[in-house]
Amino acid sequence: MDFFQILTDIEKTDADVYDRFDSRRAVFKHLSGMGKKVTAATLPLLLGTMFQKAYGQTTALPAIIVETLNLALQLEYLERYYYQAGLDRNLFTGQDRDAITIIRDDEVGHIFALRAVLGTAAIPDPGADAFDYSAGGRLAPFASAKDFLGTSQAFVDTGVRAYKGGAVNLMSNKDILTAALNIHSVEARHSSHIRSMRRAYTALGPNTNGTTVAGLEGGGPNDTLPKGWISLLEGGGPVPAVTAPVYGPGADPAKFPAEDNVTHGGLNVQTGTAAPAGLTITAAAASEAFDEPLDAVTVKTIARNFRSAKGVTLGLFA
Amino acid sequence: MSSTFPSGQRPTASDPARPLLTPIKRRSFFMYAGATAGATALVLAGCNKDNNSPNVTDVGSGDFGILNYAYALEQLEAAFYIQILAGSYFTGLAAGSAERQLFTDLALHEKIHSDFLQKALGSNAIKQLTPNFSSINFGDRASLLSAAQAFEDLGVAAYNGAARFIQSADYLTLAGKIVSVEARHAALIRDTIAYNSFVGTATGAGIADDVIDPSLSTPTARQEKSKLPAVVLDTANKFLADGSKISANSFR
Repeated sequence: MDFFQILTDIEKTDADVYDRFDSRRAVFKHLSGMGKKVTAATLPLLLGTMFQKAYGQTTALPAIIVETLNLALQLEYLERYYYQAGLDRNLFTGQDRDAITIIRDDEVGHIFALRAVLGTAAIPDPGADAFDYSAGGRLAPFASAKDFLGTSQAFVDTGVRAYKGGAVNLMSNKDILTAALNIHSVEARHSSHIRSMRRAYTALGPNTNGTTVAGLEGGGPNDTLPKGWISLLEGGGPVPAVTAPVYGPGADPAKFPAEDNVTHGGLNVQTGTAAPAGLTITAAAASEAFDEPLDAVTVKTIARNFRSAKGVTLGLFA
Repeated sequence: MSSTFPSGQRPTASDPARPLLTPIKRRSFFMYAGATAGATALVLAGCNKDNNSPNVTDVGSGDFGILNYAYALEQLEAAFYIQILAGSYFTGLAAGSAERQLFTDLALHEKIHSDFLQKALGSNAIKQLTPNFSSINFGDRASLLSAAQAFEDLGVAAYNGAARFIQSADYLTLAGKIVSVEARHAALIRDTIAYNSFVGTATGAGIADDVIDPSLSTPTARQEKSKLPAVVLDTANKFLADGSKISANSFR
């Protein structure tokens, strides 16, 4: 076996092959941990382990990781087809269309990455017709760009809470945990931009710079001037009858409080912070500084609102 | 192989930590590993300069180490925004303006994060750090926004890169609660500098690779580019005064 030729050949198709292996130090940590001499005889086994770790496809993932990532994948499909629908209906032009395209592309990338990790354990692509974005007729997300953005906010904030709630399930695989968190922060960036767009549409109109519009505590009247961060309960969100649960508590409110929570690890951050000179730590500010996780059961309850009959048949968010 | 190293300078069974003196290419490295009989673990020492140097505060090990790492970064951010609020650009902003609200919120959030971590750590907290913001002009919008973007992007990358070292599920959840807020901050600052740059410098619907991986079909597609502590601190230490530099030697 010409090990070096193998690496060279892999490098031709995967330029990052060397980065997928452990750092030098970790390789030796693993080698020394085997308690054996590294001889020519043991080397093939060690190398096999090294490649397996790099591409992660030969050992089955723990069930909890599969479950958590498949829920994430379903949410990514929900969003991916939603943004596609907004683009297909030409709800946006110019720089706003660019932003929605960027977000759609991010979801496409996330789907690829999740499917790569899950391998054959990934749920099949449910298709765009598995989703009913009107939530059974209670929303009209495609009636206008403004409506579309409101429902966007609900989806993306649910996604952020879902990834956050599921992170602990991934702790046994540090690479997967890191990837999930690296998706989670991108979703939070999406939420921030969608909120800027919503302020623009409320105050200025299409293709304007929403960062020139101040957000208000709690999102302002009817959550039409949301800040970049979740503030108190967002007044229940864009359509409270449907979106209030996005900002509400989880199945166990003690473990998964609503988004107006200000107590973390037993510490009240509103009363426990020394405000910068001239400022007050308001309940809103205290609630904004931390986003709240949401348990899988509650996430699925919210997401089930958006299944079509086909989605039900496919068992989405079951 | 014994002729590869000058006599007396090879790592030996009794002193495996003696550093390799010659920079070693990846291939030669594996060749060495494969051909050595009776090898003990080799430790590549000397790859990093800050091994508990004097005047460098190490964040420590275990979950307290990670919390202190976060606390150091939050201290830096809190101090930065307090400086912005004291500076001539901010004080000139109209009441009710978007930027006044933005910088006020950022100052509040980061102070909340910093004080929270200090309390959570209690007697395990590292000291109050002295920042060095001499390279930032707090009277100039572009200068302070650029610095804000750098700090917030760094914070997101830092939290995401540190997560793999956290042992307790509760602390992981706590870090998760903070990092998404930092990401919201980062996105809004980026959009304030250049609208639509929330996940990276944008040209039409295309994005550069300054924040996330722009690829669509790789395992890291469209994900934040998280950073390990040593990389983060390389940047953070530029904004910490002598005597307040930080290391995180337990987390490599």
